[in-house]
Amino acid sequence: MGLDIRWPIGGLFSLIGLMMVAYGFVTSSDTELYKRSLGMNVNIGWGAVLVIFGFWMLIMAWRAAKNRPPAEADRAR
Amino acid sequence: MQPTQLGVIDYITLALYVVFVIGIGFALKRYLKSSADFLTSGRSIPAWVTGLAFISANLGALELVGMAASGAKYGIATCHFYWVGAIPAMLFLAVFMMPFYYGSKARSVPEYLKMRFDERTRALNSISFAVMTLFASAISMNALAKLLHQLLGWDYNISLWICSFIVLIYVLKGGLTSAIYTEVLQFFMIVLGFAPVVYLGLKDVGGWDVLKGRLTDVAGNPAAIGLPAPAHPYAADAWSSAWKPILAGANDNPMGVNLFAMVFGLGFVLSFGYWCTNFLVVQRAMAARNMGAARRTPLIAAVPKMLFPALVILPGMIAAALAVSAKDGYRLPPKPLSNYELGKAIPIIRQAAKEQTPEATVAAQVKGAIGADVIPERIESVVKAAGAMTFSDGEIERGVQYAVKDIDFDGVILSLVKRYCPPGLLGLALTGLLASFMSGMAGNVTAFNTIWTYDLYQAYIAPDKSDEHYAWMGRCITVVGIGLSIAFAYLVSQWSNAMDIIQLVFGFVNAPLFATFLLGMFWKRATGTGAFVGLLLGTATSALFHATTIAQGNAPGIKGGYLTEMFHHPPLAVLPSDMAQNFYLAAFAFIVCFVLTLAISLATKQDRSDEELKGLVYSLTPKIKDEHEPWIIRPATLAVMLLIGCVVLNVIFF
Repeated sequence: MGLDIRWPIGGLFSLIGLMMVAYGFVTSSDTELYKRSLGMNVNIGWGAVLVIFGFWMLIMAWRAAKNRPPAEADRAR
Repeated sequence: MQPTQLGVIDYITLALYVVFVIGIGFALKRYLKSSADFLTSGRSIPAWVTGLAFISANLGALELVGMAASGAKYGIATCHFYWVGAIPAMLFLAVFMMPFYYGSKARSVPEYLKMRFDERTRALNSISFAVMTLFASAISMNALAKLLHQLLGWDYNISLWICSFIVLIYVLKGGLTSAIYTEVLQFFMIVLGFAPVVYLGLKDVGGWDVLKGRLTDVAGNPAAIGLPAPAHPYAADAWSSAWKPILAGANDNPMGVNLFAMVFGLGFVLSFGYWCTNFLVVQRAMAARNMGAARRTPLIAAVPKMLFPALVILPGMIAAALAVSAKDGYRLPPKPLSNYELGKAIPIIRQAAKEQTPEATVAAQVKGAIGADVIPERIESVVKAAGAMTFSDGEIERGVQYAVKDIDFDGVILSLVKRYCPPGLLGLALTGLLASFMSGMAGNVTAFNTIWTYDLYQAYIAPDKSDEHYAWMGRCITVVGIGLSIAFAYLVSQWSNAMDIIQLVFGFVNAPLFATFLLGMFWKRATGTGAFVGLLLGTATSALFHATTIAQGNAPGIKGGYLTEMFHHPPLAVLPSDMAQNFYLAAFAFIVCFVLTLAISLATKQDRSDEELKGLVYSLTPKIKDEHEPWIIRPATLAVMLLIGCVVLNVIFF
């Protein structure tokens, strides 16, 4: 259907990932917080994974939109 | 369970998810031109999307929570639900059945039945399915509202209505496509949210080999972590090996099943009954953009299905391992009681503090009052605290809750999330859980509104109306469907046996179904009368089997055996466990349906010509030519590769 699902997926995970990485940096000296995750700053690490995944989705969506002729982009079926 | 402290970041993650799903609904709105677009996505979706939606629609509230629960209760044998209990059926659907569903241009599974047989079988299937989807949706929403209440302390009613409203918006705006897209979103949220928890859990336990060692401890003494003690000791590898304890026999594994029950009951009847006929998942495959995509949908879905045990079952096993070694004081979460229930213990505690009642007596009194078993030492500390200092009512309630002994297995996954996730990751994992519950409602409502509009409304109530009319009806019934789901959710939450009964009915209906489809698709002689009577009596056999048999240790009643009880007769069979009873029930119902459909079909006239059955029956349909496709991506090839993969997994964890 008209909306390429990779846009919302990419958008959502990039945003959440960036947020997690930023938060991870801000709290990186807070050892108490990361005691639960066995001392690892999962926010930075996993947040980065999310950002990579999100960006990859966005890139795929962008390439698909570029390659599709404009007339076809609006077809209903 | 005390409300958790969520960070601002976690709330933002949750809010972002809600904004995106509603946004998807609005963005799709302008592409919906016909009833077909709204209800069946107009057959336009790429295979990878339908494939992930296929598996996501299945991965609802119960799966996620229930699989972790089962992982703790049964260990690695739980994987059978995913391996033997799903993969073969999915492969069969892809290679053999999708051509009929997709090629017949049926818009739903019941519509295929109408084309193949007649209105009677279609009516039976659509009515039973419509009712089941509403209840399935209700179960999802009830679980969601309860989770939000337990976790964040939000009011049950507010959570229920707000979440239902969110689902209503995006389904009303974007139809089935909205539901499918959000299911894919949910898929990634679950994977990305839970993978770190599993990794941390495994690391915490000390690795896979240590995990297996701990599970052997569990098998040796299940009561140590709150599991029921077996009458006969289990095999040492009952939790850490998938097949050996089953092969050893029903008494050697906690599931209480033997090889026949597992392979025929679960692996064949229930599994094929669900994956090959349940419109909730089949609808996603039918929304694919062409036949090839439709056939590849279940195949694509099979890949995560095979690997998901690592994500959903392993946490349960990890929890059991942590509990048996009491790592950092971890124990399986106790059953959460409401403040009202806990409040009943307050007068008892206060009394005990005044009168210095012995520990055991207080414990027994509290147990009687709150309806849950308690740990005497902890009750004693509450009593001491109530006596020594001014302990408020609230503190007594918390103390009693802490003393509860009955395990809440459904709370296992949440307990691990809370144990390992700092704010940030916590928001991600929780949003994943919430997402799966919400899409449980969305998926069921979209299946319901298609069945209603095409198979009930258009078929029986108002045929020959314009397409706009049906599109309008599709939207109206979405609102009605959500309203009914909310009503049923209240029913489920009030009546503690409701869940059991609903699951029971699902089982009854599911068991004979595959026999009808199998004969319909592969035997041109199957007639409408045969199919209808076979299905009806097959379902009745399920109910009858349940009414006359019982699982060991259960009292007759909701668990079965009530019919024989009414006549003061012992049950016709005593099965080793609930699960065994379920699997044997399925086997019987299937056999009865199959035999009856066969016999009655032979006895009645086949009123359809070969020409009419073309495209609906295997022998009368031209084989799909796959030769133009590269060998490696043909459905048959992929299916064989997946089957091999599945066998390899079974061998590794044998």
